[in-house]
Amino acid sequence: MALLEIESLEFGYTRQPVIENLSLSFAAGSATAILGPNGSGKSTLLKLLLGLLRPRKGTIWLDGMALPSIPLRQLARKVAYVPQVHREAFGYSVFDVALMGRMPHSSLFSRYSEKDRDAVREALERMEISHLAARPYTQISGGERQLTLIARALAQGAGVFVMDEPTNSLDYGNQVRLLERIGNLSADGFTFIFTTHHPDHAMAIADRVVMMQKGRIVRDGAPEAVIGPETLASLYGLPPGLFAQDAGRHGSVPRLRRAATL
Amino acid sequence: MSVPEVALPDRPHQAAEASSPAAAVGSRLLHIARGAAPLLGSALLLAATMLVSLSLGKYKVSLREIALYFWQRWVGGNAIAADRMALLNGVLMEIRLPRILAAALVGSALSASGASFQAMFVNPLVSPSLLGVLAGASFGAALGIVYLKTWFAVEVATFIGGLAAVMLAVGIASIYRNNSTIMLVLGGIISGALFTSLLSLVKYLSDPFNQLPTIVSWLMGSLTLTDRSMLGKVSIPILGGLLLLLLLSRHLNVLSMGDEEAHALGVNVRAVRLLVIFAATVVSALTVVIAGTIGWVGLIVPHFTRMITGPDNTRLIPASMLIGAAYLIVVDSIARLAFTFELPIGIVTALVGIPCFAVVLRNARKGWN
Repeated sequence: MALLEIESLEFGYTRQPVIENLSLSFAAGSATAILGPNGSGKSTLLKLLLGLLRPRKGTIWLDGMALPSIPLRQLARKVAYVPQVHREAFGYSVFDVALMGRMPHSSLFSRYSEKDRDAVREALERMEISHLAARPYTQISGGERQLTLIARALAQGAGVFVMDEPTNSLDYGNQVRLLERIGNLSADGFTFIFTTHHPDHAMAIADRVVMMQKGRIVRDGAPEAVIGPETLASLYGLPPGLFAQDAGRHGSVPRLRRAATL
Repeated sequence: MSVPEVALPDRPHQAAEASSPAAAVGSRLLHIARGAAPLLGSALLLAATMLVSLSLGKYKVSLREIALYFWQRWVGGNAIAADRMALLNGVLMEIRLPRILAAALVGSALSASGASFQAMFVNPLVSPSLLGVLAGASFGAALGIVYLKTWFAVEVATFIGGLAAVMLAVGIASIYRNNSTIMLVLGGIISGALFTSLLSLVKYLSDPFNQLPTIVSWLMGSLTLTDRSMLGKVSIPILGGLLLLLLLSRHLNVLSMGDEEAHALGVNVRAVRLLVIFAATVVSALTVVIAGTIGWVGLIVPHFTRMITGPDNTRLIPASMLIGAAYLIVVDSIARLAFTFELPIGIVTALVGIPCFAVVLRNARKGWN
């Protein structure tokens, strides 16, 4: 059985459904990119997966348990949310931000233990940002913030990382560095589900691409099979032929360092 | 298939770290000391403020005599004559100490609830009155002064008024089935405006020769009415509320990152938010019971404290309590000593606080981000 299984899901903020009869399953260790135009229901799907929204119909199963029946803290120990970087926030130290990942491991009125701090140190180490531990979260670069949020998810102990447009608002270099880290974690066995507006990012680190349109899945498969000139044109409503393979211009596409296991 | 646990591979440098436990313990102690220093400093500041304030007043008592008095009272000896002891007992224990303790309670309650609200609403300009507690309590007090017979009943009406205003604000927010903080703020604005109008109505209907002056001077804030029996009544619920805020300070950090993230970190956002509102409301309403409405403390003290401790609420909340207590003792000492007559403390907190705030604002971003 798959790690995460979505069964005929329906959801809408108003009577108009945003997501309709959607079924999808995610295997452990997979990296799935969700592509789709604005308003196609990508972010809503992520919120449903995180239990932030309750589906109108259908069920989401995690490890064979229906989502609403999983206690909040237990869910947080399995599924982590890596949001887009914050613009407005308090200047908590990077260490303190990552320490928040230990919330689901402690009871209501307890304090963080030395074990919690050790988990944070390891997570920062793994993201190679130990040197930033004491820096205010608001005074580091967008890329470093995103790594901090991933470190927090690692400290959380979750195996599934849900990311909403992780490369959004990062500069080109930070996008590449971030994708590399995600690729490495994915190779280590973490499950990734992320939305993106960059087909090339999906190509770089996903082993599966799901295309969404108007709350439905229109294509689902290996990146090489799903992403192509015609599918992209029809997904985003662009004139066919726009993505001609040979348009007479050459770009640079980074070749990411991938872990040896891949 | 199950979710993989985060089993991180062993790394060579970890073995190296483990090989020098002394260094690890040292750095850990340094970390603890760094975290504890602001708290220890604030606690010392509070103790010193209390001691000095105890010696100040129309009747001069030197610090040395205060020390001797407490020594004789608790340990023994007969350095001070019996009639002098009785006099000191009256001045220090019956008059000054209750008032100092009341100032300390009010200061820490307003500062802690201000700091909590600032974290929860992710806004540095928020004060404890955001959800209408002070307006509601003022209305309750005025209503009590006009229509109720005993002073105790007035105190109860004050407390209930504060609670009712916040319940209205939370109720308005929840009518719209929306848990967002914006709806709470709007609910607070509505509730605050309503109770302010009701207060005006009570003032208008009150007897202008006896009741109105009482209401007006109450609203300016004063610690003159505090005595030991009142302290006994309010101190336990205030300390309980403060303890609750201390225990929730970790959650405040998480809540300030946004509702969705807090939820995804396993925090029951709605329950924690209601708990924080409840604790902050109880302690703020009780400050009105003790001393009437005292403004600015809940806004300024957390700001100032944040510059020392940084924004981490597990340090900010306790330090705000200590510094807020010391601040209000200082302000109350000014209120009772600066002139031959006593100034309402609410006016002094504003007159002292506003210029301080204007100066501090320059560096405020330091603690904020």
